[in-house]
Amino acid sequence: MYVAVKGGERAIDNAHRWLEDERRGDRKVTDLSVDQIKTQLSLSIAKVMAEGSLFDPELASLAIKQARGDLIEAIFLIRAYRTTLPRFGFGQPINTDKMIAKRRISATFKDIPGGQLLGPTFDYTHRLLDFKLLADGSIDEFEPGKDTEQMFQHVTQFLNNEGIIETEETSSSEAESPDLTRQPLEIPANRALRLQALTRSDEGFLLGMAYSTQRGFGRNHPFVGELRIGLISVEFEIPEIGFNIEIAEIEISECETVNQFLGSKTHPPKFTRGYGFVFGQSERKAISMALVDRALRWKELGEVSDGAPAQDEEFVLYHGDNIQATGFVEHIKLPHYVDFQAELELIRKIRKTAFEAKKG
Amino acid sequence: MSNSEEDFNFAYLDEQTKRMIRRALIKAICIPGYQVPFASREMPMPYGWGTGGVQVTAACLQETDVLKVIDQGSDDTTNAVSIRKFFERVAGVKTTENTGKASVIQTRHRIPEQVLSEDQILVYQVPIPEPLRFLEPRETETRVMHALEEYGLMHVKLYEDISINGEISTAYAYPVKVNDRYIMDPSPTPKFDNPKMNFCPAIQLFGAGREQRIYAVPPYTKVISLDFEDYPFEASRAEKTCEICGATNTYLDEVVIDDKGTRMFSCSDSDYCNSQKS
Repeated sequence: MYVAVKGGERAIDNAHRWLEDERRGDRKVTDLSVDQIKTQLSLSIAKVMAEGSLFDPELASLAIKQARGDLIEAIFLIRAYRTTLPRFGFGQPINTDKMIAKRRISATFKDIPGGQLLGPTFDYTHRLLDFKLLADGSIDEFEPGKDTEQMFQHVTQFLNNEGIIETEETSSSEAESPDLTRQPLEIPANRALRLQALTRSDEGFLLGMAYSTQRGFGRNHPFVGELRIGLISVEFEIPEIGFNIEIAEIEISECETVNQFLGSKTHPPKFTRGYGFVFGQSERKAISMALVDRALRWKELGEVSDGAPAQDEEFVLYHGDNIQATGFVEHIKLPHYVDFQAELELIRKIRKTAFEAKKG
Repeated sequence: MSNSEEDFNFAYLDEQTKRMIRRALIKAICIPGYQVPFASREMPMPYGWGTGGVQVTAACLQETDVLKVIDQGSDDTTNAVSIRKFFERVAGVKTTENTGKASVIQTRHRIPEQVLSEDQILVYQVPIPEPLRFLEPRETETRVMHALEEYGLMHVKLYEDISINGEISTAYAYPVKVNDRYIMDPSPTPKFDNPKMNFCPAIQLFGAGREQRIYAVPPYTKVISLDFEDYPFEASRAEKTCEICGATNTYLDEVVIDDKGTRMFSCSDSDYCNSQKS
C-alpha cells in the first residue's frame, strides 16, 4: 500500500545543511572572507547594490558569500533585507556636477575641458587570460594623477549653452518622484518612476533591450555624450535642524546620451537625451539604461512609436525586475500536481469524445 | 506584543506595511472581485511562491489565531511546510493541520473539502490575478475592460473552446463572476473547487505579491463559474474512489506507484482523508 510521502520538513532541513556544506566547499581551502569579496569583487558588488536598491558594500559582500556567488540570489537577499528598513524621507537631489570622477569620457567631442579620463577600465585591455594570476597575485600599487581630484562640468552642458539640446527638468518633490518600493507600479509611469525601475532592472535584460534599439527595433541614434564614474555625496535635510547634512558618499556610474533631434521648419531641431544612473562601477548598465530611457520617451517627445519592445513601457517595466522574474519563472518547479490532474482529466475526456466520434 | 524572535515584528511585516495591506483588504472586501493594487513588499521567499498570500496572512494574523497552511491540498508539501515554519518563527502562532481548528488557512491550488465556517479566513496564493491576462497581455487594457464590464472576449474564448474541443477546455483557474459584477480568477484551483466559493461562510482573501494585487470575496457572496445554458459548468474529478479513506466525493491525486505505471488514487486534501479514515 502506497503511503503518501511524509517528511517534507526533514527533507528541507537536510537540504539546507547540504547547501551550507557545499557553499563552504573544500575545507582545506581558506574560507573566503567578506573583506576579500568587498575589495576584490567590486563589480559584482556594484550589480548587487544596484539591483538590490541598497548601497551597502559590506552587506552586498555578505550576500554574495551567502549566495555562493549567484548574484541574483544575492540581490534577492539584499531586497528582502531592504524592504524591512524604515524610510526616513526624501533625500536631496544628487548633483553629479560635483562628482569626483575616476573615469569620465565623451564620445561626442575629441577633447573636452578637464580632458578625457579613462580610469580603471577594461576597454583597451586585450582579453587574454593572465596566467600569472594563477600563481602570484602581487600587483604594484597605482597612484592616480591629480586629474582625478577635480570636478567636471557635464559635457551636455556645452550643448545646452547653445540651446541645441533639450533641458533636463529636475523633480524635487515626492509627488514627482514616487517611490517604486513603497507604491505599486502603475502604468503609465512618469519618467522619474521609469528611471527608478530601470536602475534596479536586471543588467542583462536592459542590455538586450538597449541592443535591440541599436539593431533597429525602435532606433534612436545614440551618442555617448558623457560617461562618468566616481564618488558623490548624498545629502538629507533633517527637519529638526533645518539644513542638509551629508549622510553618505557613494560611487555611481552616470551616462548621458545625445540622441536624434526633433524639429520642423518652424520649430528648430534639438538633440534629445537619454539618461542612465547606476550604483557602483556599472557602465554597461548605465549606457543600456540611457538607451532604453530614450526609447521609452517617444510619447513625451511627440514621436511615433515603431511598436518595438524597448519602446513599450508596460513590457519593459513589468519584465525587467530580475527578482520578480526569477521567482515566477522558477516557481513552476513547485508541486503543480493538482492542476496537472485537472488537465489530465480534461484531456482524457476530450480524447475519449474524439475517439468515439471517429468510431461512430 | 510578544515576538518569538526579537529581530522581527510580529508576523514579520512592520505595522505600517500591515496597515497598508489591511486598507487594501478592506477595499477589496467592499468591492468583491475587484483587484486592488497594493505596494507588495519583497518577502524572504521568492515571488511566485506565495508572497502575496504570506503578506495577506501576516496582515490578518493575531496572536490568538491558529494557522493552517496547505499546498496542493496537503499540509506536508514542501512549500506549505516552509510557509508554516516561517509563521511559527516570526509570529509564534499556533499551527494545525486540522481544517476545523484553524482560524486562518493559507492555501495554494486547493479549497479544503470540509465546509468552512464564519469564523475562518481562507487566504489564497495567486500567481496571475487577472482572469483576462491570457486573452489580453496588457494591464492597461484589462483594467479598462473590467471598469466597463466588457467581458465579451472571455465568452468568445469559452465559445471557441467548445467549438474546437466540444467543451470548455479550462481545467483549473476556471473564471468566475463575483456578485454579478467582476470576472475573477479563483487562483489555480481545479474547477472542482469552484462551487465551494459560492456563498461560502468564510472570508476569502486573495494575494498576488509579484503582481501587487489583492482581491476578496466577502462571506455569503454569489460566485458563479462562467458557462452557457447548453454547456453548463461541471465540477470534474477523477471518477474513482480514494484508496486510503474510501471517499467518493473528493478531489483525487493520481499517483504512479511502480515502474509499470500502475496508478492509485487518494484524496488531495490530506487532513480530510485522515479524518475519514478513523
